[in-house]
Amino acid sequence: MKKENKKISKPLVFMLSVLGLYAILFVFNKYLIMEAFINTIILFFKLLPILLLVFIISVATNYYLKGDKVKKHLGHESGIKGWVYAMISGILISGPPYILYPLLGDLKKSGMKDSLLAVFLYNRNVKIPFIPVMIYYFGLAFTVIMSIYIVIFSVFNGLVIGRITKK
Amino acid sequence: MFGILLLINLLSPFLKNYYATIFTGNYFLDPLIGALVGSISFGIPITSFIISGELLKEGVSLLAVSAFILTWSTVGVAMLPLEISFLGKRFAIYRNLINFLFGIIIAILTILTLNLIT
Repeated sequence: MKKENKKISKPLVFMLSVLGLYAILFVFNKYLIMEAFINTIILFFKLLPILLLVFIISVATNYYLKGDKVKKHLGHESGIKGWVYAMISGILISGPPYILYPLLGDLKKSGMKDSLLAVFLYNRNVKIPFIPVMIYYFGLAFTVIMSIYIVIFSVFNGLVIGRITKK
Repeated sequence: MFGILLLINLLSPFLKNYYATIFTGNYFLDPLIGALVGSISFGIPITSFIISGELLKEGVSLLAVSAFILTWSTVGVAMLPLEISFLGKRFAIYRNLINFLFGIIIAILTILTLNLIT
């Protein structure tokens, strides 16, 4: 008989651990735990419309932006255009490091410069789908100012990394 | 996401009394602490915004929170072995060190600019 190898996802393990902690602490202070739980529900419903917006924007950007398009513009001798593409793709492409690093590793093998890799990775800080959450918590001015600084510093980042890693 | 919210609300009553003594508004120490915590944390960026937003409400300075957000997705101590394996040791180590430093600098510049404007 074939043995089924069912893995429990990390977020589920995390969720269950937190719920376990709630259950243990409930024995010692039920009022505090009830208050924490109610606050969580309130916060969750407050965030729900923003999370929905984040989901819609994420789906839209992932639909229009594929790895092949990035590969085309960040390869050998991309010049100034390469820097611009690195910035734009860093902002638009989302994904966890374990998906992005193999993709970037491939691009590096095909000739992508370290400076462009650094620019791409630094611009991951500006995430269009998450901007509504940032504005909700920190305001529009903060979000705009920080995003501009991130884009500017991504260039410095590329220049410094390019110089350091130059053989 | 719901698990993170549960944890924030559970820890907040215990931690909020200490924030005022840890985060004093110092232009170097606050972002340094924020950047250190952000560097060892990892997860999707939206989690960092929610954690930061809630910490801000509890009294953590905007300086610390800014550095925390910045280093959360650009400095990955936990992801360093993975980054080294795909992008090279020299690149990964220097990139993380520079991003840590830039996280602090951008946090300070953002708050200074914000203070100037508002």
